[in-house]
Amino acid sequence: MRILLVEDDPEVARFVRRGLTEAGHAVEHRDNGRDGLFAAAGEPFDLLVIDRMLPGGVDGLRLVETLRGQENRTPVLFLTALSSVDERVRGLKAGGDDYLTKPFAFAELLARVEALGRRPAAEVPATRLRVADLELDLLSRSVTRGGKRIDVQPREFRLLEHLMRHAGQVVTRTMLLEKVWDYHFDPQTNVIDVHVSRLRQKLDRGFDKPLIHTIRNAGYMIRAEDAA
Amino acid sequence: MVAGQIRRAPVPRLVDSAGFRFAVFFAVMFLLGGVAFAGIVWWNTAGGLDRQTDAAIRADVAALVQRFRQAGREGVEEAIAFRLLRDGDAQDLYRLTDSTGRQIAGNLDATPDELDGPPPEGEPLRWLRAPLVREGSLTEARLYRADLPNGDRLIVGRDVEERLRLRELLGRGLGWAASASCLIALIGALLLRRALQSRLRPAAETVTSIAQGDLTQRVPLSGREDEFDRLGRALNAMLDRIGTLMAGVRGVSDAIAHDLRTPVARARGRLEEALDGDAETMRRAIETGLADLDGMTRIFQAVLRITEAEAGARRAAFAALDLTPLLADAAELYEVLAEARGAALAAELPEALPMTGDRDLLLQAVANLLDNAVKFSPAGSTIRLLAGVSEGSLRITVADEGPGLSPADRARAGERFFRADSARATPGYGLGLSLVRAVAGLHGGELVLEDTHPGAVPPGLSATLVLPADVAPAAEA
Repeated sequence: MRILLVEDDPEVARFVRRGLTEAGHAVEHRDNGRDGLFAAAGEPFDLLVIDRMLPGGVDGLRLVETLRGQENRTPVLFLTALSSVDERVRGLKAGGDDYLTKPFAFAELLARVEALGRRPAAEVPATRLRVADLELDLLSRSVTRGGKRIDVQPREFRLLEHLMRHAGQVVTRTMLLEKVWDYHFDPQTNVIDVHVSRLRQKLDRGFDKPLIHTIRNAGYMIRAEDAA
Repeated sequence: MVAGQIRRAPVPRLVDSAGFRFAVFFAVMFLLGGVAFAGIVWWNTAGGLDRQTDAAIRADVAALVQRFRQAGREGVEEAIAFRLLRDGDAQDLYRLTDSTGRQIAGNLDATPDELDGPPPEGEPLRWLRAPLVREGSLTEARLYRADLPNGDRLIVGRDVEERLRLRELLGRGLGWAASASCLIALIGALLLRRALQSRLRPAAETVTSIAQGDLTQRVPLSGREDEFDRLGRALNAMLDRIGTLMAGVRGVSDAIAHDLRTPVARARGRLEEALDGDAETMRRAIETGLADLDGMTRIFQAVLRITEAEAGARRAAFAALDLTPLLADAAELYEVLAEARGAALAAELPEALPMTGDRDLLLQAVANLLDNAVKFSPAGSTIRLLAGVSEGSLRITVADEGPGLSPADRARAGERFFRADSARATPGYGLGLSLVRAVAGLHGGELVLEDTHPGAVPPGLSATLVLPADVAPAAEA
């Protein structure tokens, strides 16, 4: 993907840029709002990663509002040191698609970047999701693996649906909490892990190949082959 | 600077003093009232006497002129003689002269210069107030000149000495009254100023000592529920608010001072140690270092959330919501966790629990309670999540069958970073309950901790969030 990073802190910028480049993305970097807006409006990008607070007279919110005003629909991920919920709501209202609070683990950023970058594909209405021999029927809301029906609870169904829509991508615990449970809070303990492992047990019972993989220090990924 | 201005407030310079200005205003109004009173009295008495004299003279003149028309000069002479004879108190003055100025009749021996000469043009010029020597003593007279058709000149007057004396008496009385009024106005003004100052001084002194750093001071109230009490109450409410905000800031600094130092020290030690180790040691040190940093971030996040909630800053995020699905979600999230530890979670929720609040914070509060309950529940026990409305408030209870809390610990639970001795072995930062307490406070409610089974061993802990209900349903859930 071609990604524009607008971030004024050179250290954070360097670290994000290196990580994204290593993950196979082409990264352009601007260190102030004005240049960032100029680049974002002038060149095609697949994704914009923008710091909320920027020097140069144009802050992150203004930048995105301006872009959206010009009918530019490139997905935007906000990076910010402002953590309060109101700030996140403001960021999303201004036209941001996702919001990540500093400090963050790079794995979290990468997972969100990839989820956002592939978003258009996921918006194609599908009635069936498939990963290897696992099949999810969105109409009858049933799960089958190798033709065998697996009973899952509604929440587990949504959890699995989210993982399968992002098959081959890392989905972090916070992303699951936000997208599957739709809450922004700190669950204190590994609640999400327990849910995922229960779903995993249901899916893998009687099969020798696990489908949901734990990605160390990051989250989970559903994929056909155990490549790790 | 501010402290300096406030310190000067109790004894302000006279002109700057609102009390002084009020007092002056009061005195001026009082004196204006007095002046109006005196003016009316004067006009009605002294002025009334003058007008009465003038009217009598005018009537006299009219009668004499009439007499002249009927009986000529002789008639007038007779009339004057008759009147002088009848005038017992010797007040009336008459003088009739012919065109040469010779006196024909009357008791006035000379014509005053002002009334001499050819007949005057205007009516006012016919009138005169003049000093007069009568029977050896000086008096004052009011005179009127009338010119008769045959050229004779008639002067009619009254000796007004008596009236002047009356007037003087009246003036002196009014003067005394005015002095008394001034004195009363002055005393009243001083009393008013004193009263104002003595009512304002406690508030000013409180504010001064607060400006000097003593935030525990409050404005004393008189209990009279007047304007000053309302002002004092408003000030006290503001001070309570400032106190809460200050406590919030203190909480953050406590967090930095107290609980962030430990993980920082731990991480630092580990990294330092790893400097001399091999690659594997170093790698492990970096990983634990990262975990330590994440832990610090979470503590920070929790403290900020508590502070935000306590400061009431999150009220903007309030919206109407139904607690039942929220609690069901929480139960569903933690049920699995409880099961993984061999405990069970049973939720008993009503059909709907409408209220106004912050969805994420409420879930966070319930999650903290459930998380605690799961942590302290022995295998085979049951955690209960109950919700309902009773006595106009919404109650959300998380009851476990764990070791419970001693009354002393219960009182301290909810203080930041407080951890009961029995909890030392379990992971946590001691922030969970203080966040719950802050969220309850933000929603105008409270957190109540009780034994689940009083008297039993172990008693278990039952934590209830009591929140004010939006709509009181007819039937209790």
